[in-house]
Amino acid sequence: MPATFPRRGGPLLWACLGLAALILCPFLLPTYWTMVLTEILIMSLFALSFNLLFGAAGLLSFGQGGFFGLGAFAAALYLQAGGGSVWLALFLGSAAAALAALAVGYLCVRRDEIFFAMLTLGFGMMLYTIAHNWRAVTGGSDGLPLFSLPPLRLPGAAFSLYSPVSLYLFTLAASLLGALLLWQVGRSPFGLILTAVRENKERFAFVGGRVQRVRLLAFVIAGGLAGLAGTLFCFFNSLATPDYLHWTFSAKPALMTILGGSGVFLGPAVGAAVFFLLEQLITQVTESWMIVLGAILIVVVLFFPKGITGLLAARRPRTRSPRP
Amino acid sequence: METLAINMLNGLSWGMLLFLISMGLTTVFGVLGVLNFAHGALFMLGAYLCMQIMRIVPSFWLGLALGPLLVAALGVVVERFLLRRVYARDVSFQLLLTFAILLVLDDAVRLLWGPAYHVVEAPPLLAGVFPLFGHTYPVYRLFLIVVGPLVGLGLWFFFQFTRWGRIVRAAALDREMAEGIGVRVPLLFTAVFALGAWLAALGGALAAPQQSLAPSMGDRIIIESFIVVVIGGLGSFPGAFVGALFLGLLESFGTVFAGQAQMALPYLLLAVVLLVRPRGFFGREA
Repeated sequence: MPATFPRRGGPLLWACLGLAALILCPFLLPTYWTMVLTEILIMSLFALSFNLLFGAAGLLSFGQGGFFGLGAFAAALYLQAGGGSVWLALFLGSAAAALAALAVGYLCVRRDEIFFAMLTLGFGMMLYTIAHNWRAVTGGSDGLPLFSLPPLRLPGAAFSLYSPVSLYLFTLAASLLGALLLWQVGRSPFGLILTAVRENKERFAFVGGRVQRVRLLAFVIAGGLAGLAGTLFCFFNSLATPDYLHWTFSAKPALMTILGGSGVFLGPAVGAAVFFLLEQLITQVTESWMIVLGAILIVVVLFFPKGITGLLAARRPRTRSPRP
Repeated sequence: METLAINMLNGLSWGMLLFLISMGLTTVFGVLGVLNFAHGALFMLGAYLCMQIMRIVPSFWLGLALGPLLVAALGVVVERFLLRRVYARDVSFQLLLTFAILLVLDDAVRLLWGPAYHVVEAPPLLAGVFPLFGHTYPVYRLFLIVVGPLVGLGLWFFFQFTRWGRIVRAAALDREMAEGIGVRVPLLFTAVFALGAWLAALGGALAAPQQSLAPSMGDRIIIESFIVVVIGGLGSFPGAFVGALFLGLLESFGTVFAGQAQMALPYLLLAVVLLVRPRGFFGREA
């Protein structure tokens, strides 16, 4: 989806200011909040990749946790086997998730709407079941702990990712690159085709387009980036567990996207941030955070289907309208 | 021979439970067009309410009769005040709404009854075991195998031969035409959703003596009933029956010939059906 940036000041200026603020955050905030922000960044990337399917292609997937978790497990297995490169771990995590997305997507993109949601849910749970039961490889319900994280090697320097600040900056860079990729995909001719399929797949098929192939490509991109987010999450938690693959985890990006708004590019990221801030606030008052979250979601779905960013965009008269 | 019989009975009793749940799911979908994610949570609520009623009056039968009725009443509220607002909206929003309801119900159960496991005793009449090839087999499972088809037959009879059943089917086929000839469709939709909730809770109350009660007990059954309705054909009763039997037997026999990999079998079945017959055994042309 094309974003609606305010014209005032120009989008580039705002993007630079935002980036500067994001880079400065860990130096100004206490460690605890740096870690919360790291988690927000990871889940933002996860939610943004989900929204390539939901917002642009109109496909609601309830199985993205499967790819997220697969990325985490691939990275954990590589590092446990003595792998020494963070970069290779990131690549392996994303590649494993993209491959799985290719296989699962091949089956799922044949149907839409409710069926697509059910199928992705089913196959996501298949990955969960495998991760949960194949104890010899995945450690079963305990998961795979990361005992050591190799240093991040850049040309001329190496950083330890055990420091929360450097892990934050690394996560920021990786999730920004992922987000940039998604932004480019959304603006590319392929992104337009995806929207065309969402709007009218019969017409697209009649003019010679291949609906399933277009959807499959989007599914693989979304799955690969979910795997990237999962790998980062594995670094962050020093753990890969089957919980990441469970459908209740798969629902998180969907909830964040609805909260933030699916029609604006950064909506899911805003949703992720609000999600974690609400969680911080509410769990201080009550343990039943899910009841409150559910109630908020009911209100958002019923009355504000465009989410927070949708509300903001509606109040601003001077926004760039989506491309015709 | 004895493992064959025991696996057969295990598969049938789980399959019949799945059938009850899938019937509710498929009825609500067939008439309202909404796939209810909260169906598993209603199943769980049925089990917990049955337990709660038994704490006050120690009778399983009373819990079985009253618990599902209370859940049906909750269904009326949910349909009237929440679902009704999203029929005209995108399918994704309907799914997300029912998912939000699931979150609330799951956590409410945890808040009310705690995260620990609970056990419900089977009624004295069905508590025993009977001899089978030198082993023993619980009577309660046989009871499940009998009850499932009975409820299914009752529903089928209702939809096929009674005046009200015909009205429901008419409204499912063509809502506007039904309204044109004077059917109060909104009221009907409320009733059908309540029926679906009742079926889910009935399954939950029936499952209570057989499995332990925990806040996540609806998770597994909702996923499996999704698989049942996809392979059987969404909106089809015979499909739900055949799908549930197939899945139940596959899982119980799977432990014999597939061992560890048994848990993945339902998903493999799903993949095969999708590749060979995407609309399911009894599904209409998509």
